[in-house]
Amino acid sequence: MFNQENKRLLLQGNEAIAYGALAAGCRFFAGYPITPATEISEMLATMLPQVGGTFVQMEDEIASMGAIIGASLAGEKTMTATSGPGFSLMQENLGYACIAEVPCVVVNVMRGGPSTGLPTCPSQGDVQMARWGTHGDHPIIVMAVSSVSDSFSITIKAFNLSEQYRVPVVLLSDEVVAHTRECVQLPDQKSIRVVDRIRPSVPPDWYKPYEGDNRGVPHMAAFGDGYRHHVTGLVHDEYGFPTQKPNEVQQFQNRLTKKITRGFSEIMMTKGFMLEDAEIAVIAYGSVARSALKAVEDARKQGVKVGLLQLITLFPFPRSHVSPLLEQCRAVLVPEMNMGQISREVQRVNQNKCVVAKHNRIDGQFITPNEIYAQLIKL
Amino acid sequence: MNALKTITDRYELRFSGSGGQGLITAAVVFSEAVGVYDGKYVCQTQSYGPEARGGKSKAEVVISETPIDYPKSLNLDFLLAMNQAACDAYFYDLNADGLLLVDSTLVEQYPTSRIIGIPFTDIAKNELGKEVVANMVALGAVGRLCQKVNLENLEKALLQRVPKGTEKLNSKALQRGIEEAEKIDVLGLPRSIITDDDEV
Repeated sequence: MFNQENKRLLLQGNEAIAYGALAAGCRFFAGYPITPATEISEMLATMLPQVGGTFVQMEDEIASMGAIIGASLAGEKTMTATSGPGFSLMQENLGYACIAEVPCVVVNVMRGGPSTGLPTCPSQGDVQMARWGTHGDHPIIVMAVSSVSDSFSITIKAFNLSEQYRVPVVLLSDEVVAHTRECVQLPDQKSIRVVDRIRPSVPPDWYKPYEGDNRGVPHMAAFGDGYRHHVTGLVHDEYGFPTQKPNEVQQFQNRLTKKITRGFSEIMMTKGFMLEDAEIAVIAYGSVARSALKAVEDARKQGVKVGLLQLITLFPFPRSHVSPLLEQCRAVLVPEMNMGQISREVQRVNQNKCVVAKHNRIDGQFITPNEIYAQLIKL
Repeated sequence: MNALKTITDRYELRFSGSGGQGLITAAVVFSEAVGVYDGKYVCQTQSYGPEARGGKSKAEVVISETPIDYPKSLNLDFLLAMNQAACDAYFYDLNADGLLLVDSTLVEQYPTSRIIGIPFTDIAKNELGKEVVANMVALGAVGRLCQKVNLENLEKALLQRVPKGTEKLNSKALQRGIEEAEKIDVLGLPRSIITDDDEV
């Protein structure tokens, strides 16, 4: 892409997301600028036209979401990027993408909230909103990035999962990761694993647009491919038309949930550091995972047996990775730049196996390693 | 806390002043030279207020031979303060044997005698004819004084980042900064920012 492969580049987290999107095959972006996510739009506004893609600056965020849903139904891989206030506005159409099973990636670079909050300060306050912001039981995947190289590679994974499961993926970054510049070497495009949605192979007359395959994922025809189909936000049958028949509704809802639960082992991603003999663990994600890693390394030097579990997938909550750790350790610490949105998930999985301690900061400042270290040695 | 002070591998700089002085740009150029051209690990972060101009602005650079976990500064080794407010606010984050470099055009009250004052704004405005390049004069001085970057690479990185047509002016500004810094006798400075009288 742009002859930048294998070259050392100094990139911001936001810029790396833009590069990641292009490497994953994103060719349509619609968005509305907002601090601290604007650089993603700025980059893609220049880069997309050069690869035959389309960039649209929309009138607002709900329209941005509408535009990427439309473009995805027309066969493109699509993305939008925003921050808290814009993410609030996207929720209605995000629900539409969930029920109509439209693959798309929504980047939310978190800043201090609620409302316009603290535009230039970091936060992790949108974690539960990313999972439950739109109404109704719905499947969704939420992932978090913690560095510039993550921002590139996890963006690609987000696109792949979105295409594979026909589900919107929310990619959470935060002001620290978004604006940190680090050197990265972008891999050769050929070495990147890119997944595309499965298109129907049956004749158009046989096509049932919402019939799941053995994984529960329907094959997706693009508008214009010759497969006529209906798309609606109402609960629909296998043909895509509204239904209220309890058995059809039940079957539909089950399939939506199950297509994700069947993929758990692939969707749930974490990274472990020094966990083999750990008696205490820190569970962290996003930029805070970096502070946590420093604290863990410092505590190790003092002989404390501590490790770090960094969550990459936040939802579905990676319980199969967290649960064994709760059995192994006598205590875990969950530092977050919110009031405890993931520590609540950890506690839910915990079932009194070990002590779950929190460290929360909501003053718009980044959590430092010293703070985590001070909490750690008390456990 | 002492456990955290044993970090030796990291070298941390902060470029501070007010929004619009080009401090983030200077830090980005510096990081590009160190990271892309010198091939070291580097992390550049920043914080600023919601204003387009004015307000506090700071940019930090962490340099290391090994991968960097925490991206911001923990123990500052070098502080550039381009105005009095930044000097007053961030002086206390500096290591006792760290270097404090200020724009002596705008910083009048010195918090310590271990300080280097160079009139960046004055040089930019009156010698080079453009006040906006004060950041690049400062960048040259930072590069020379911290000794953590190859100065030729610094210029290369600078020329990559600046707008077309301004290369000459910017590179002249950088050279002026390096020249001014060469006149400074760093070893002749007091060894600590705390004077002997203060030490208990």
